[in-house]
Amino acid sequence: MIVRILGEGQFQVAEDVAAKLTALDTELDAAVRKNDDAAFRAALGAAVRLVRESGSSVPPDTFTTADFILPFSDASIDEVRKLLADGSITGSDSIGLP
Amino acid sequence: MSVMKRVSLIFRAKANKALDRMEDPRETLDYSYQQQMEMLTRVRRGVADVATSRKRVELQMNSLQKEVNRRDSQARDALSKGREDLARAALQNKTSLQGQLNDLQGQYSNLQEQEEKLTVASQRLQARVDAFRTRKETIKATYTAAEAQTRINEAFSGISEEMGDIGLAIQRAEDKTAQMQARAGAIDELLASGALEDHVGGQQDSIQAELDKLGASNDVESQLAQMKGELSANAPREIEANPNGDSNSNGSEATTSEATTAAEQPQAGDGL
Repeated sequence: MIVRILGEGQFQVAEDVAAKLTALDTELDAAVRKNDDAAFRAALGAAVRLVRESGSSVPPDTFTTADFILPFSDASIDEVRKLLADGSITGSDSIGLP
Repeated sequence: MSVMKRVSLIFRAKANKALDRMEDPRETLDYSYQQQMEMLTRVRRGVADVATSRKRVELQMNSLQKEVNRRDSQARDALSKGREDLARAALQNKTSLQGQLNDLQGQYSNLQEQEEKLTVASQRLQARVDAFRTRKETIKATYTAAEAQTRINEAFSGISEEMGDIGLAIQRAEDKTAQMQARAGAIDELLASGALEDHVGGQQDSIQAELDKLGASNDVESQLAQMKGELSANAPREIEANPNGDSNSNGSEATTSEATTAAEQPQAGDGL
């Protein structure tokens, strides 16, 4: 599975890692819904570490889209909410795509 | 639905929307490549902007550090002159300045981090763009129209995600730099106008003034002492310069024993 961490690029991760990520994703989603900043940071931090440590960087000549996209490792809960709402971050109007 | 999945779908949807607008596949590749070049320029400018801000904060930190050191030596100076009240005021100013300095240090490392991240992002994009250019030419040369469409969509969507990512990273860095610049601007103005001293503590100028006054009065005292010494030493010399002895009584009673000895020495020398 391909996972992107915003600001860090794409990583190829094994299936068992993907399963762990899915669990963390559920935690992340719950934290955003409950506006629980501590839980949000814990889940995001764990997911980012997992991908960085167990994934391998996708080479530059492989053009593919990610199955999962993780927010910036130091993103705030508000930033993620905005990203989910319209694909932008605070202060910008668009995702910068053509 | 999950957070990570939703974000990836948002990125994909935007890329698909852009793809739908393209009619000629070759146009898609060229258009995307042109956009990539623009994005490269943007990210490089972003790195340069953050670096400029970081250097500005560095200069401000140096200025503030000098001020902190100055207050510290003022405090020592005041204490050595027995003025604990002045020393306390100087140290209060120093603490306030130190607080501002610590704040700047935090901002500095934040900017440094942004700069590093953007630099890495810029290198990653450059590698991607180079690879895309090769892929673009290969697709144009090798594949039939039907195959080309699939390959083009892959390459386009893949690079679009990368550009979306980097676009957000640049935006983030710009936001952080803008926030920082507003604060840095205020400190710059303070430093330039010399108002920092007043801003930090109205007493600062009076501390220096008091210390200068103390220094001046000490100086006056020591000059007085020196003059008194010279006068008493000169008195016997005048006597000697006047061997008639008329002026023998001229204030000679006031001469200290030291002055007398000093006066005797040249006499002995003359006698030889």
